[in-house]
Amino acid sequence: MKLTLEQVRHVANLARLALSPTEVEAYQQRLSVILEAVESLAEIDTSGVEATSHVHGGVSHLRPDVASNESGTQRALANAPQVSGTSFVIPKVIE
Amino acid sequence: MNVLETASALAAGAVSAVELTKASLEAVRAGDATIRSFLRVDERGSMAAAHASDARRAKGQALGPFDGVPVALKDNILTEGLETTAGSKILKGFTPGFDATVTRKLREAGAVIIGKTNLDEFAMGSSTETGAFQKTHNPYDLTRTPGGSSGGSAAAVAARFVTGALGSDTGGSIRQPASFTNTVGLKPTWGRVSRHGVVAYASSLDQVGTFTQTVADAAAMIDVISGVDALDSTSADLPKPNAAATLEHGVKGLTIGLPDEYFVAGLDPEIEQAVRSAAAIYERLGATVRRISLPHTKHALATYYVIACCEASSNLGRYDGVRYGYRAADSKNLRELYVQSRSEGFGDEVKRRIMLGTFALSAGYYDAYYVKAQRVRTLIKRDFEGAFKAGVDVVLCPASPVRPWVIGEKLDDPLAMYLVDVLTLPTNLAGLPAVSVPAGFTSNALPIGAQLIGQAWGEAMLLRVARAFERETKFCERAP
Repeated sequence: MKLTLEQVRHVANLARLALSPTEVEAYQQRLSVILEAVESLAEIDTSGVEATSHVHGGVSHLRPDVASNESGTQRALANAPQVSGTSFVIPKVIE
Repeated sequence: MNVLETASALAAGAVSAVELTKASLEAVRAGDATIRSFLRVDERGSMAAAHASDARRAKGQALGPFDGVPVALKDNILTEGLETTAGSKILKGFTPGFDATVTRKLREAGAVIIGKTNLDEFAMGSSTETGAFQKTHNPYDLTRTPGGSSGGSAAAVAARFVTGALGSDTGGSIRQPASFTNTVGLKPTWGRVSRHGVVAYASSLDQVGTFTQTVADAAAMIDVISGVDALDSTSADLPKPNAAATLEHGVKGLTIGLPDEYFVAGLDPEIEQAVRSAAAIYERLGATVRRISLPHTKHALATYYVIACCEASSNLGRYDGVRYGYRAADSKNLRELYVQSRSEGFGDEVKRRIMLGTFALSAGYYDAYYVKAQRVRTLIKRDFEGAFKAGVDVVLCPASPVRPWVIGEKLDDPLAMYLVDVLTLPTNLAGLPAVSVPAGFTSNALPIGAQLIGQAWGEAMLLRVARAFERETKFCERAP
C-alpha cells in the first residue's frame, strides 16, 4: 500500500519522532516501497494456522516473584541526564 | 593461534595472559586504524584481568580453558563500567551498572575482554556502515564491507586481533559477516543463550553467538555462554551443548538437505559453486545429500521485516531521554523532550524501522501485518520441522547470496540491503541454530561461507557436521 503524507505524520507522532516536511515525503516514498514488498503476506493462506509468539514453547521458566535491589539506586541513576536526590528530573508536566 | 591453541599454550606455561593481552592490544594499535573493528579498547581493564589471570594460574587456580584468553564483545552487549553504545548516538556515554549475563559468564571463565566492537546502529543492518561512529572494513579487502551487523567482531577475529568474539544475530548478523570474513559464526538456538543485558532489537529473534577461527573453538565458546538464566525467562533450562564430545564423529550415515529455494536467481554463481562443492565433499565423506523443499522461504523476508520492526518499535520506546541516554537540550515540555531526544539521537535506518513497526502495530493494521506475519512464521517453522522429520540431520545452503560489496554501494537502497539477508532470516524465524563455515574464496579472493542449519537444541550435531567439512578443506587457515 502507498501511505499518504497524513499517515506518515500520524505514525511519526505515535513513534514520537519529529519529521521535517522533506523527511515526511522521503518516508512516504521509502516506507511505501517496503510496505508494497511485504504485501505478498496477504496472499498466503493462513486459515487455521496459529500465530507463533514463542518459537519453542515450554522451555522457558519463571523465577519467584521476589523484589530485589541488586543494582542499587545510585547505579540506576548514574546514567540519567538530570537527577535530583533519588529522582529523575523532567520538564514540568502539571501547570 | 586460535582459542584452543591459546588455552593449551597458557596451560603449558608457554605464554602468559599478560603477554597475550599485550600482543592483542598491540595488534589492534598497529592494524585497526584501517579496519576500524573496535569502537573502544579497554587497555586498563584488560591488563588488570590478564594480571589476575596469571596470578590465579600461578597458584594452580586457573578457572578453565578460557582463563587468560583475549576476546572482544559486540558493543550491544553490556559491560559494567565500560561504555556500551549499540553504535548509536542515543547511547553515547552510557556506562552500564551491570554486566550482561554472557559478559559475566566470560569473566567467570577468566576471559580477558579487550574491547567493544563496531556494529550497525542497534544491530539493524548488514554492513556495519550505519553505526553512528565509524564504518568497519573487511580485512580481506579494505574497500569492502565485513558484513553486518556484527561486522566489528567478525573483522577483529579475521584480523587476528582476538581469537574469539561475541556477536548477536537477529536475521543473520553473525552468519553473514562470518561468511564475509572467513570466520566461523555460530548462531545458537533461540533460548540457548541468555539475552539479559544485550541491547534489545527484536526480542523473539535476537540471539547471542560466537565468532572464532575454528569450529572446535565455537564448540568451546558456546558452552561458556549458554545456560538457563533467572534474568531471562526465555533462556532454556537444558544441559549445555557439549559439542566437543562428538565433534570428530564425522558425517557417515547422516543426511544433509539442500533446499531448492536457497539456490535461486540472483545467487552469486561462485558462491553456489562453493556450496555445491561442499555438498560433494559431504557425499564423499559418507553422508547422503538430498534435495529438499522449504516452500515458504520466499515469504521469510516480508515476515521478518514486519516482526522485527514491530518488536524494534516497541523495544526502542524506552529511549526517551529520561533515565539514561541522550537528552535534547532546552525542551519546553515532556512531550518535546521525548520527540527531540529521539529525533536527534536515532539514525536514519533505526528511525525507518521504528516507523515501519509503529505503522504495522497501529490501530487497524495490527492483524493484517503483525498477526499475519506471526502466522506465516509458523508455516516457515513447519517447513524445517517437516524436513527434519523426514530424516534430514542438517540443512546446507549459502550464508549470503552475494559476496562482500564495496562500502557505500547499497546504503541508498534499503530494500536491496534487506535482500542480502534472505538466506539467513528463515532460521531466526524458526528459532533454529545455524553456523557459517569458511567454504572457499571467489575469483577476486573474497571469502565465501557455507551455512549449516540444525534442529532446535542440536548445536552438537550442527558443529559435528561443520567440523567434518573444516577438517577436509582447512579454508579457515587462510589469513587475510
